[in-house]
Amino acid sequence: MEERRINVVVNGEPVSVDVEPRILLAHFLREIMGLTGTHIGCDTTNCGVCTVLVDGLPMKSCTMFAVMTDGHEVTTVEGLGMPSELHPIQQGFREEHGLQCGFCTPGMMLASKAILDENPNPTEEDVRWGLAGNLCRCTGYQNIVKAVLWAAEKMRSEGGAYVLGGRSRR
Amino acid sequence: MYPSRFHYEAPSTLDEAFEAIEAYGDEAKILAGGMSLIPLIKLRFAAPACIVDINNIPGLDYLEEESDGSLRIGALCRHRTLERSSLLRNNYPVMFATAPLIADPMVRNRGTLVGSICHADPQGDWASVMLSLGGEIIARNAEGRERSIPVSQFVVGPFQNSLQTGEIAVAAKVPPARGTRTGTYLKLERRVGDFATVGVAINLEMSGGTINRAGIALTGVGGNNIQCTSAEQSLAGKSLNASTIDQAARLAADAAQPKNDVRGSIEYKRHIVYTFVQRGLSSREARAA
Amino acid sequence: MAQALDEIKIGGLGASRKRVEDDRFLVGKGNYIDDFKLPGMLHMEILRSPLAHARIKSIDTSKAWQIPGVHMVLTGDMAAQHNLAWMPTISYDTQPVLATDKVRFQGQEIACVVADDPYIAKDGCEAIVVEYEPLPVIVNPYQAVAEGAPIIRDDKEGQTDNICYRWEVGDREGTERAFAQADLVSKIELHYPRSHPSPIECCGSIADYNAATTKLTVYMTTQAPHIIRAAVAIVAELPEHMIRVISPDIGGGFGNKVPVYPGYVCSILCSILLARPVKWIEDKTGNLISTHYARDIYYKGELALRKDGKILGVRFHCDTDNGMSFSDAQPTKFKIGLIHSAFAAYGIPFGYMTAQGHYTNKAPGGVAYRCSFRVTEAMFFQERQIHAAADDLGMDQAEFRRVNLVKDDQFPFRTPYGFLLDSGQYEKCLDVALNAIGYKEFLREKEEARAQGRRLGIGISTMTEPLGAGNSREYDILGIKMFDSAELRVHPSGKAILKIGSKTQGQGHETTFAQIVTHELGIPAADILVQHGDTDNTPFGMGTYASRSTPTAGAATSMVARKIRAKARKLAAHLLEVSDEDVEWELGRFYVRGAPNRGVTIQECAMAAYGNMPDGMEPGLENNAYYDPPNMTWPFAAYIVTVEVDPETGVWDVLRMVAVDDCGVRINPMIVEGQIMGGMAEAFAMANMQFITYDAEGNCVGSNYMDYLLPTAWETPGFELHEVVTPSPHHPIGAKGIGECACVGGPAAFVNAVHNALDDLRIRNIDMPLLPHRVWEAMKYKRDVSGMPPLKTEAG
Repeated sequence: MEERRINVVVNGEPVSVDVEPRILLAHFLREIMGLTGTHIGCDTTNCGVCTVLVDGLPMKSCTMFAVMTDGHEVTTVEGLGMPSELHPIQQGFREEHGLQCGFCTPGMMLASKAILDENPNPTEEDVRWGLAGNLCRCTGYQNIVKAVLWAAEKMRSEGGAYVLGGRSRR
Repeated sequence: MYPSRFHYEAPSTLDEAFEAIEAYGDEAKILAGGMSLIPLIKLRFAAPACIVDINNIPGLDYLEEESDGSLRIGALCRHRTLERSSLLRNNYPVMFATAPLIADPMVRNRGTLVGSICHADPQGDWASVMLSLGGEIIARNAEGRERSIPVSQFVVGPFQNSLQTGEIAVAAKVPPARGTRTGTYLKLERRVGDFATVGVAINLEMSGGTINRAGIALTGVGGNNIQCTSAEQSLAGKSLNASTIDQAARLAADAAQPKNDVRGSIEYKRHIVYTFVQRGLSSREARAA
Repeated sequence: MAQALDEIKIGGLGASRKRVEDDRFLVGKGNYIDDFKLPGMLHMEILRSPLAHARIKSIDTSKAWQIPGVHMVLTGDMAAQHNLAWMPTISYDTQPVLATDKVRFQGQEIACVVADDPYIAKDGCEAIVVEYEPLPVIVNPYQAVAEGAPIIRDDKEGQTDNICYRWEVGDREGTERAFAQADLVSKIELHYPRSHPSPIECCGSIADYNAATTKLTVYMTTQAPHIIRAAVAIVAELPEHMIRVISPDIGGGFGNKVPVYPGYVCSILCSILLARPVKWIEDKTGNLISTHYARDIYYKGELALRKDGKILGVRFHCDTDNGMSFSDAQPTKFKIGLIHSAFAAYGIPFGYMTAQGHYTNKAPGGVAYRCSFRVTEAMFFQERQIHAAADDLGMDQAEFRRVNLVKDDQFPFRTPYGFLLDSGQYEKCLDVALNAIGYKEFLREKEEARAQGRRLGIGISTMTEPLGAGNSREYDILGIKMFDSAELRVHPSGKAILKIGSKTQGQGHETTFAQIVTHELGIPAADILVQHGDTDNTPFGMGTYASRSTPTAGAATSMVARKIRAKARKLAAHLLEVSDEDVEWELGRFYVRGAPNRGVTIQECAMAAYGNMPDGMEPGLENNAYYDPPNMTWPFAAYIVTVEVDPETGVWDVLRMVAVDDCGVRINPMIVEGQIMGGMAEAFAMANMQFITYDAEGNCVGSNYMDYLLPTAWETPGFELHEVVTPSPHHPIGAKGIGECACVGGPAAFVNAVHNALDDLRIRNIDMPLLPHRVWEAMKYKRDVSGMPPLKTEAG
C-alpha cells in the first residue's frame, strides 16, 4: 500500500505523518489527527460542514486529499478559539443563537471567518452570499447572519487582530 | 465517499508532470483545483490509476493580458482570482459576471477555469463564456510544444475534450477584442451554487453603436455548451435595437437542444434562452456601449 | 426581609438563557456518532440496489472476501439464518433488512461489508457481483391500483393487490347532510410531494457486543432511544436489560432518526457475529434514497359552503404512496397519522375522511418530518382548500378565515373528527399578522403593480395542530402508551441532575428543561445538569418528535420538581420548627406564614435531606414522574407571505414573511424563535425547491445534495416574528410546543402567495414545489400543473 509523508501545519502545530494518497483531508483530520470538530455531511461537495481553512482560505476538506496539504497550513474549528477564550465569531454564534444541532457550526464559523477577514464591515447580503456554500437545516440562517454581524461589530470595536486559539496553545 | 486506491505524484515542474503522465497514459489524471475530479473519484465514478497533482508547479497561477491584447489564464488560476479581478471587471464583463456564479465560495477558492473547461460538463459555465469570447485552450506536450485549440473544438462531447494523450492544458486564452467589450452571463439556477438550468453567455465587441463581433453561447441546454452561430452572425455589423435583439434571441432559442427533465420542459428552457438573450442584449450595459 | 429571587436572572421561565449545548459545539467538542472510536472497532459499508424492482438471480461475494482487511460480507441469506432478513415495522408490516428474493426500491440494502476501515469496506462492496432480472416499476398510487400492476409485496401471504391499508373517520351521514344544504361546494385536488427530512448528519451506529458479558451497547443516531431498545430486543431477540442504547449528540433529526433502519440492524448482527465493535456511518445518498421519506400524499377535498362564507362541512380522501413497506412512524391506532386534524381550527360542524395506502417501488417510510404525524400534510391541504374556497366565494382571504375560525369563547372545542382543542385566540393572531404585514396596503400595492405588468401576491396560512402525543387512551406505539418521564436528583449542595426520556437533536433540551426545574424550585438553571439519550441511565420515554418533548417530558419535569418541592416543604417545616401547613413557598425558598423573614432556601432543604431530616423521613431528595397527558396541546399560528413572480420566467421571490405564533407559555423565548425560524426555512424549502421524485424506471431524482435542493442563506428569506400567548389549560406550565408549527403551517403561506399573484388566470393549483418552470407553464397555458411522478424525461 502506497503511503506518502506529508508535512502540514495543523492549528499552528507542525506535524509530519505518512498517509495513503486516497485519504481525504476530512478523514485525515478526524481519524488521524483526532480533530472531530470537522464534520462530514454529504458526498457531493455541497453541504460545507467539512469546511476548514487552508492557508487561511475556506475549503471543503471532503474534496481535497490530505496529501495535497503537504507544505500548507490547515485550521479547523479546534484552532479557532478555546473554551476559555472564544473567538468573537464563536461568541456571536452563542449570543445570537446561531446554532441548534451544532453539526454545520464549525464549517459555518470558518466560512464566516473568511468573510470577515476579507471584509470587516459586511452587510447582511454580503454575509448571506459568503455563506452560500454552507447548509444549515436547523436555524433558518437568520440567526447565523446575525451572529456573523455581531462578531464583525465586536472585532471592529476591539480593533486588534485575533490570534487563533491553536497558535497560542502549546 | 471513500475513493479507490491510486498512485499520487506531485511534480514541481511541468517536465516531471509529463514523465508521470507518460508512465500511466490514459490512466493518469491531472489534478488542478479538483472540484470536478475529486467528487467523481469520491463516488467511484472515476478511478484513475495515477493522479498528477500540478498544484506545486510554479508559474501556472496567473491571469494576465499579453502585449497583443489577448488574455491568458493559467491552469492554476482559481475562480476566486477571476471573481476579484479588476481587469475582468473592466474589460471582460461576461467573465466577471460568471465568476461569482460558479458553485460556492469554497469551491471558487480552489477550482480553476482551465480545469472546469477540461472537465467538459455540459452544465459547466466557463466553456460557454469562452465560446462567446472566441477563447482557446493552450495544450502542451512533453516536448514543450504548445498548440491552441479553440474551445469550440476542445469540448467535443459530454465530459470529453480533445486533449491528446500526453498533453496538459496549461492555460486558456481570450483573443484581443475587436472594439469595446460588453456582455453578461445570465444563469437560471434552482438555488445558488446549482448547475445552470439555462445559462446564456453574451459577449459583444463594439465600435460606437456597431457590433463588430457577437458571441452568444448556451449552458445546460444540450450535450455540450452550444455556440449560437446564427444568432451571432445576425448581430454582426448591426446595432442593437428591438428587432435585432428579438431576432438574435429567436435564433439562440432555436439553437438550444434541451431535454425534458426535473429542471423543466424543452419548451420552457427554450423560452428561457430567448428571454435571457433578450435581457442580456437589452441590459443597460449593452446599450451603453 | 430576604430579597425575592428574580426568575429571569436565575434562568427560569421566560429567560432567553444562552444555550448550555453551545459550550461544546462552538469549539468542535460535540460527540456525534462518527466521533466515537472504540478499541478494535471495525467499519461497515452497505451495497445498495441500483434498480427499483428486480428479482435477484445471484449474489457473488467471493471477491470481496478475498480483499485484505475484510472481516465479513453479510448477505440476506446469511441474515435469514438468524431470522433477520426481514424486520417488523411500527405499522405492523415487514421491511427487508437485506434483500433475499427481490429488490423493491432503488437503494435497497443488498449486502454489507465489514472491514478494518471504511475505505476497504467500500472496496469490498465494489467487489460484490449481483445479477438482477428487472421487473416492471410502480412510482405512484394510481399505477399501483391499475389493472395488471405487478404485486410488489408477493412475499406476503394473502397480499393480492398493492393496497396496504384503508381508513376512515368522521360522520359520513352528517357530512352528506351538510353538503346537501350547501350553496356552493368548493373542490380541489392536491399532491404533497415526497420529501426527506434530510438532517445534515446522516444515520449511523456503533454496535458493541461483549461476548463475555453478553451485553450489547449500541451507540446510534436515534430520536427515541428507549423505543429503539425495545425494538432491538424484539427484532434481535435479546433480553432488554442486556441492551443499552446511547444516543449521543445528533446532527439534526426532523423525524428521520426515529425509525429502525437496516444499517443499524446489520451493524448489530455483525458485531454479534464478529464479537467486535462495528461502526456504520451512512452516506448521503444512502440516507436520501433508503431512510424514511415524508409526505407523498394525494388529496381530493371538498368544502360545503354557505353564501355568507360559513363552512358547513368538509369531506376528503387521501391516497398515500407508502413505498415498498407500510412503515409509517405514528401512533399505532392511526393509519395516516393525525391527518384528520385538518380543518380543526375552523369550527366546522361536520367532517368525514377516507384514506388508502399503496405499495410502490419507492423507499418505505412516512416519518413525521418536523410534524406531528402527517399533520404537515393536513394543514397544507387545509390551507390550500381554504384559499380556493375563499376565491370561489369571491371573499377576501382574511375575512373568510375570520368568519370560520373557532372563537375564543368556544374552547374547549370538539372538532368533527373528535379532537378537543384546548385553548386559543385565533382571531387575535390573525389580526396581529394582518397588521404586521400591512394587509390592506399590500392589496392596494398589488393592484398598482398589476397595472404595470408586475405580479405581486399575498398568502395566508392559519392553523392549529395537535402536539404532544398523547394521552394513553388513544396513543400508543406497538402497545406502549405515549407518556414521558423525568427523574430529578437534588444533591446535598442544592445542585441537581435532571434525567429525561426524550432526546434533543438541536432543540436545546439541556438548556430549557433546566429552566423548568428553575421555575418550579428556584434552583438556578446553571446548577442543573440535564441528561438524556442513555437508556441505562435515564427513565423510559417515547422520544423526541411530533413537538412532544415540552408537552410531555416538559410536563413530567414540572411534575417531578413539584414532588421534590413537596418533600422539601416537609424538610423546611422541620428546619423552621413549624407544621407543614404553616410553610409558604416563594421561588427558591420556604418561609413561615406571617413571618417572611423566617425562611430556608431550597438549597438548605437539600442539605437537610441528607443530613438533618425529620424522624421517620426517608433520606435523599430525588424522585421521578411519568406524565400521561390528558389531552394534546394545540398551538396556533398565522403566517403571511408576500411574493413577486417574474411573469417571464416563473421565478418568484419572497418579499416579506410574517409569523405570529401562539405556542402557549414560552420557556426560553430565544430558543422558541430559533425553532420558528428553522421551521419556516423548511416551509420555504418545500414550497420552493425541496422534493424527491422518480422517473418511470424508479430512479430516485433527489438522491444527493446536487439534486435534492436545500436552500442556503442566500435564498432563504428573512422572517418577522410576533407572539400571542394563550397558555394550555392542562399543561403544568401552560406550554404547548413549537418545534414544528412553522414547518407545518408555513408551506401553504408561500404557495398561496404565488397562487394569489396569478389570481386573474383561473389556475386552481400548481403542485409543490413551485419550481419556476411549473409556475411559467401555469401562467402560459392558464392551467393546473401536476407534480405526480413519473418525471417526464424524454428528449425532443
